[in-house]
Amino acid sequence: MFQLFTDFANWLTFSVFGLSPATKQGDALNFFIEDVSKIFALLVVMIYLIALLRASLNVEKVRDYLAKKHRGVGYLMGSAFGAITPFCSCSSIPVFLGFTSAGIPVGITMAFLITSPLINEVAVLLLMGLLGWKFTVLYVVVGMAVGMLGGLFLDLIKAERWLQSFAAEALKRGQQNKLANRSANLRQTESSLTFPQRHQFAKEEALEIFGRVWKWVIIGVGIGAALHGFVPDGWIESHLGDGQWWSVPAAVMLGIPLYSNATGVIPIMESLIKNGLPVGTTMAFCMSTVAASFPEFILLKQVMQWRLLAILFSLLLVSFTLVGWVFNAFTPLL
Amino acid sequence: MKNIKVLGSGCNKCSKTAEIIEEIAHELNIAVSVTKETSAEVIMDYGVMSTPAVVIDEQLVHSGSIPHRDQIVAMLS
Repeated sequence: MFQLFTDFANWLTFSVFGLSPATKQGDALNFFIEDVSKIFALLVVMIYLIALLRASLNVEKVRDYLAKKHRGVGYLMGSAFGAITPFCSCSSIPVFLGFTSAGIPVGITMAFLITSPLINEVAVLLLMGLLGWKFTVLYVVVGMAVGMLGGLFLDLIKAERWLQSFAAEALKRGQQNKLANRSANLRQTESSLTFPQRHQFAKEEALEIFGRVWKWVIIGVGIGAALHGFVPDGWIESHLGDGQWWSVPAAVMLGIPLYSNATGVIPIMESLIKNGLPVGTTMAFCMSTVAASFPEFILLKQVMQWRLLAILFSLLLVSFTLVGWVFNAFTPLL
Repeated sequence: MKNIKVLGSGCNKCSKTAEIIEEIAHELNIAVSVTKETSAEVIMDYGVMSTPAVVIDEQLVHSGSIPHRDQIVAMLS
């Protein structure tokens, strides 16, 4: 089904622009056009379809559901909901506090918040389209595992000690009256949405997400195309292709100052992998770019003390490094 | 005079929400005072998790998006 985009890109680059496939420019432009057209088409169609299905899911429902769950299931569900629930990163503080004041343990809330930027429907679609289903499954499993284990670890070290005092009090109050349901939910009617309502939601959602991510796609694919066309063939492979151990922490470090969302980074992943960068190193780099960003962490300062922020940050960096090493060690065996 | 608060951590959508409410109130000749509330603690006290949210005279009336025109008209009347 993706052949259409390949044909379109070939026609535009080689027939209309008259570039030769043998030149760097022709190669890079061809890659750019194919990926951008494919990604844009996928985004609009699939976001709409997925939004139709999940029109009735929102963070309030997730909170009420998680508040009733046992801890063990909580990490898994927190992380799973993080993957499928859409919310704007500017909402992460209210979401954190909303979960906390409902008495949900910090670790489960963090499982939700860590997984959320790593996995979303757009990321999954792009991975399927660009790198195939095996890699997609791997990415989703690893992303959720990082969220779950990270959350579990935060509860084991009793991270709630290092919340800002008002958040800690809200957590205590929440745990005391967990059974008294005091949810200020505005959308009780949403479980029985009519089709026109769903269509309206999905349409707005598709336009909204597309409006937000299209520039990331252009930037991401642009960088990918530049790598593809201008980094000499085999350079990455011969310098980093063996998965040298230090290349993974280096990739994680490199990802910290870079900030992108999953949509922008996936086309870069594609290009890196095709150029021979080992899967583990690539994954470490991309997860670090997406999930460990300074602006996000500065926001979290409102609800966490420095010590907890530092722990969380180190936790992410260590996990991504481990992910990279494990994958580099196991890929040759697959 | 209606006392309106727009809750949100200061993102683009929140300023837009405040602006559009003021605009429509002005058109409808309704006296309002619109303030933006960015404190995480206050937002939590209203039980809001998706911003921007709108509070009119201490009643939470909307959350999670920039309200549509007809929603705003309904809120104000």
